[in-house]
Amino acid sequence: MSDNNQLIICEYCDAVYQRPTLARHQQAHCVRCGGLLARPHLFHVDHLLALCLTAIMLIGFLSFYPVLVIRTGGQSHAATLVDAVWALTKGPTDMLALVAAFSIVIVPVTQVALLTWLLGFAHFRQRAPGFRGCMRWLATLGPWSMLEVFLLGALVAVFKISGRIDVLPTMGLLALGGLSLLIIGMAGRDVQRLWDELP
Amino acid sequence: MTVAVAAELGLCLCHRCHKACDLNASPHTCPRCGAHLHRRKRNAITRTWALMLTALILYIPANVLPIMHTTSFKGDSTATILGSVVTLWRDGAWDIATIIFIASVGVPVTKFLVLGLLLCTVHKGDTRSRRDRTRLYRGLELIGYWSMLDVFVAALLTALVQFGALGTIEPRPGILFFGLVVVLTMLATLSFDPRLIWDTDTHDD
Repeated sequence: MSDNNQLIICEYCDAVYQRPTLARHQQAHCVRCGGLLARPHLFHVDHLLALCLTAIMLIGFLSFYPVLVIRTGGQSHAATLVDAVWALTKGPTDMLALVAAFSIVIVPVTQVALLTWLLGFAHFRQRAPGFRGCMRWLATLGPWSMLEVFLLGALVAVFKISGRIDVLPTMGLLALGGLSLLIIGMAGRDVQRLWDELP
Repeated sequence: MTVAVAAELGLCLCHRCHKACDLNASPHTCPRCGAHLHRRKRNAITRTWALMLTALILYIPANVLPIMHTTSFKGDSTATILGSVVTLWRDGAWDIATIIFIASVGVPVTKFLVLGLLLCTVHKGDTRSRRDRTRLYRGLELIGYWSMLDVFVAALLTALVQFGALGTIEPRPGILFFGLVVVLTMLATLSFDPRLIWDTDTHDD
């Protein structure tokens, strides 16, 4: 059974198919349950690496620049991602601060770090040291990055207090939007192909 | 319609790297990524029930207890999730009220109902509308984390509004319970195995 690589199994209903050859903009769906089986890759490995480096810059930016700034009279207050996590420790909600730190700081940073490591070596057609472990961690962390939810939360927060004071959306919001898009694009199905491309 | 099913061909999908593994060649671990192979997620039904019921119980304090406390010149006020939706609606911000209502009430309640439905029909071995039920499961995966919205709003407001002209906003236990509900329902969705929906008809149909 050496041609197992030519088989794909639907993760939703266990149906088995021969791996199809797809043209651009084509997708393969399971005939039984309608689940997505395969789609062409959006990006070349080197493009992914470039996106990854962009993500690193955005993370650097977001760790210093605030996502929101409010101004009342002469006073102004700014909040970065980390400030928002930190705020949850003020009160009986410490445990929630852990959840928030995990989902909007630790997971995205780890994802980007793992991707840079893997893609950096993939650029030279090599498997990175610890390839298996890194790929498994990427798959596990996948559902837990919540940057896009935080972005919507920031927009809601703007409207919630904007009636009473000036809220200034900053470049941080834009950076946050960019980073969440990048992570959705990079850490999804596309990176799984490294299994096939790096023997 | 007849389709080949992995379990009958002695194949198994590796849940980590999505390789089609031959169970005859390597019965326990994926030859590619080394993950343990399971034909179905282990104890899927029991785990999903346990996580979902825990979430359902915690959803009560999440709604009853206040999520935020505001101290300002006008006096103190505490707000529950529904209370803040009502206040926003009265203030004329019906759009924000709708977003928060969908994220904090609509999404969790939908998750409870859908998970309950999936668990009960799988338990009964129901063969009707399997395609639609699988689609419901994919919907669950998609909406999973959006109910975290209120948690992040509370976190940001707390970080921003500190000793200014607006007063001070502090988080309250309600939001903690709510965050736990979201995490537990996400774990419940992840522990459910949609392939169980299709296991009912490996021999007929």
